[in-house]
Amino acid sequence: MHPATPDPQQLVEHALATSTSDDCVVLVSDSTSANLRWANNTLTTNGVMRGTDVTVVSFRGAGNASVSGSAASLAQVTALVEAADRAAADATAAEDRADLVAGQVSDDWDDLPGETSIAVFDDFARQLGEAFGQAEAADRLLYGFVFHEVSTTYLGSSTGLRLRHEQPTGHYGVTGKDGALTTSAWVGGATRDFADVDATALADELARRLGWAARRVDLPAGRYDTVLPPSAVSDLMVDAYWHSLARHAADGRGPFARPGGGVRFGEQVVRPGVHLLSDPAQAPLQCAPFVATAGSSAGSSVYDNGLPVSRTSWLDDGRLAALIQTRRTAAETGVPVTPEVDNLVLRVDGGAGSDLDLVGDLDDGLLLTCLWYIREVDEQSMLLTGLTRDGVYRVEGGEITGAVNNFRFNESPLDLLRRFSHAGETVPSLSREWGEDYFSRTATPALRVPDFNMSSVSQAL
Amino acid sequence: MAREIDPTFLELPMRRLAHTALERARDFGVSHADFRLERNRMQYVSLHDGALEGAQDLEDLGFAVRVVLDGAWGFASGVALTDDEAVRVAETAVRVAQVAGAMTRRPVVLAPEPVHDDVTWVSAYDVNPLEVPLADKVALLSGWSHDVLRAGIDHVSAALQQVQENKFYADLAGTMTTQQRIRLEPALEAHASDARTGRSDSMAILAPPVAKGWEYLSDGSYDFDGERAALPDLLREKLAAPGVEPGRYDLVIDANNLMLTIHESIGHATELDRALGYEASYAGTSFATLDQLGTLQYGSPPMHVTGDRTDTHGLSTIGYDDEGVQTQAWDIVRDGVLRGYQLDRDMAATYGAELNGGRSNGCSFADSPGHIPVQRMANVSLQPDPSGPDLAGLVAGVERGLHVVGHKSWSIDMQRYNFQFTGQRFYEIRDGELRGQVRDVAYQATTTDFWRSMEVVGGPSTYVLGGVMNCGKAQPGQVGAVSHGAPAALFRDVRILNTTEEGSA
Repeated sequence: MHPATPDPQQLVEHALATSTSDDCVVLVSDSTSANLRWANNTLTTNGVMRGTDVTVVSFRGAGNASVSGSAASLAQVTALVEAADRAAADATAAEDRADLVAGQVSDDWDDLPGETSIAVFDDFARQLGEAFGQAEAADRLLYGFVFHEVSTTYLGSSTGLRLRHEQPTGHYGVTGKDGALTTSAWVGGATRDFADVDATALADELARRLGWAARRVDLPAGRYDTVLPPSAVSDLMVDAYWHSLARHAADGRGPFARPGGGVRFGEQVVRPGVHLLSDPAQAPLQCAPFVATAGSSAGSSVYDNGLPVSRTSWLDDGRLAALIQTRRTAAETGVPVTPEVDNLVLRVDGGAGSDLDLVGDLDDGLLLTCLWYIREVDEQSMLLTGLTRDGVYRVEGGEITGAVNNFRFNESPLDLLRRFSHAGETVPSLSREWGEDYFSRTATPALRVPDFNMSSVSQAL
Repeated sequence: MAREIDPTFLELPMRRLAHTALERARDFGVSHADFRLERNRMQYVSLHDGALEGAQDLEDLGFAVRVVLDGAWGFASGVALTDDEAVRVAETAVRVAQVAGAMTRRPVVLAPEPVHDDVTWVSAYDVNPLEVPLADKVALLSGWSHDVLRAGIDHVSAALQQVQENKFYADLAGTMTTQQRIRLEPALEAHASDARTGRSDSMAILAPPVAKGWEYLSDGSYDFDGERAALPDLLREKLAAPGVEPGRYDLVIDANNLMLTIHESIGHATELDRALGYEASYAGTSFATLDQLGTLQYGSPPMHVTGDRTDTHGLSTIGYDDEGVQTQAWDIVRDGVLRGYQLDRDMAATYGAELNGGRSNGCSFADSPGHIPVQRMANVSLQPDPSGPDLAGLVAGVERGLHVVGHKSWSIDMQRYNFQFTGQRFYEIRDGELRGQVRDVAYQATTTDFWRSMEVVGGPSTYVLGGVMNCGKAQPGQVGAVSHGAPAALFRDVRILNTTEEGSA
């Protein structure tokens, strides 16, 4: 920490001591991050960022107000508290009001925040510089981004909560293209510390994948027997998770609403043997074991701050077991509260092997790399559209025999979980679409879907 | 008009910190250094069925130093507004440039820009929405919600996002700018189910986000009352409407839908950093490569698209960009041919001689003090035909087609070829006349096929300045707000999907 800057714990205590509202919750998030970005075998941008974000939620009567800001000094925190207290005094009654969570103190509350720096990339950067030279010599182009952040959250409340969580988040994604820009390949993943990321190995894997594309095959739109690797499955499952709000289902929206009213808890919504769950203790996807939210929304409540978060089964043996809930919506829908958790795991009973193992059993079909630009088309069926990206490979007789054009797909993730024919082993994965900006902690298997709907051809290379 | 910079921003020690940081950077022999201090305030209010769901005030305050050292970029940011921190951040930026040097194979050169010495710019608004009491906003949105609920609609969500953005920029060349922008986006969406069919669906008002103040919600420049009053019946009609028969149709697309198609298929495709591959591993590249400048037949001859950062209420309108470049307006597509790109100073120096005389057109922005400036989108707009028809005139030219109103779902590929859009509602057109709604419609096309099929561009009466508040780009991810003006227009022979059929295996 900079000597002129108070510790996060001091910011929390100062805010709680300053507030004149009935109750107060304070969230301090201290983060450092570093990143490198490159294109066409040269670095383009980079940076080292540091920030301290403070949220003060003041509660008065039936209302509350949430004010967040960058704050590095006690005076800035005072200003945030005064603004929150003022706003709370005028606040309309909150529909999610509930007793504040009381009591727990983290063992490591007194610890300083974790940190990272540009030095986390020392080895990676050296390897990358060499990889640029090798790529140039082989007429290949490398594009990519690495990011590492350590963010430490301190949550304190007038009801005695003192909770600390230190969250490392890291990811890497590298695209390789041939010099004529006619083929493209991608590798990417998540990491907690970059100790397990080797730029040389990534560049070699891209060279191998670009080699698969030596033969180019044009295929029309249609339904294909398709192997989705863990990254592509992660793309679709993150979307499914975000569309799993109890509030919406209770309002009659989306596939989990029961026609005529109610939520489809306990109903078989995908095939038996499928499990979708979150668990803050799941290595290497560890995440915050308590609720820390700056604002109430359809799926979150400021009154729930500090509520313990534990292993939650969303789909259990194919049945709808839980949806993202606040205590308010849990009371409405008559089930236990299940807050959103910052990781997601898909497991299929009997799933074994990698995407390439699934390819070995595929006589005639496609292997995807990842998906892109995924958007909801129809809320009721959870129909999503999107594109294949950076490598669609032709599979014949269990072998990869060439690269195919890209496609636009229209599919519902729930439908895929009903129709898949084979599943792999669950492994840590990075959603290409959502992993970098929003949700990097996923573990998913590869899935083979016998009739994946490629709605049209995309000319994108 | 309230055209003064917020005095609480001017009280911040930005000039002293800028001097301290820039002088420290100068010690290391940098060829360029800039200092940017920003304070961005945002308030988001949401209601569910007329009751307050959440209200959040957010403020992002901090500063960044960016340097060019031995041809390599270095960037660092901090939040403590002290001289020590200004020195530390400047030194960190230099250190990052030294690390970056080993991986930088093309030296960074910046296009020249006249010095703008201590200039000020404020966007056009009357009342700063962040200074309006929250209770007034909740009362307004609650009233809107209850109007819709009283009309028999099951559920309604409402929201209001408001932003006040203050930027201070100074560089070693002597440019110093202080700016303020205000923008807001109201939202209202009705949700209903049809017990007979089991269908559930939603419909949102079409009111665009704009760079205006609180007055936007009451000054009569947009018909919020009329649109809200019509919403319940329009949603009921949609729920009862027949599904579209997939096939090929002529489309008359309203401005409020076409603006998002412009955003995705022209706005992003003519960002030069994408065309050069800088975004290849993330947002993607562009089919509209630089070698096709002046020759690519982007669309039909009446297609005239401009890039503009000076449009009065445009969301990406500003006086100067985050590299100290004064903003401009220019042609992107003229007579259907690709004529221009969106530039920053690095790209303008390297590629710009034939684009903008070697000068940046002022498109370099960061969304926050902690993020590095990258090329971001100008207000990219399709110009109306001054003597073009009104909506009825466009519809009159269609034998079998659809009229597309409002935007909803959107997706386009990484080279900006293949796209698929839905809308808020679709009306059948038969023999030159509008009929009732049809549902489950998506239109799918390839960018150049689509724009080349634009036969008639609507007149000024069909023109609306729409926009989006949530445009994503760059790594780490940044969010941008941008407007797109568009007339309604007639497109021939476009592929239409039925989204229910797409979803059934």
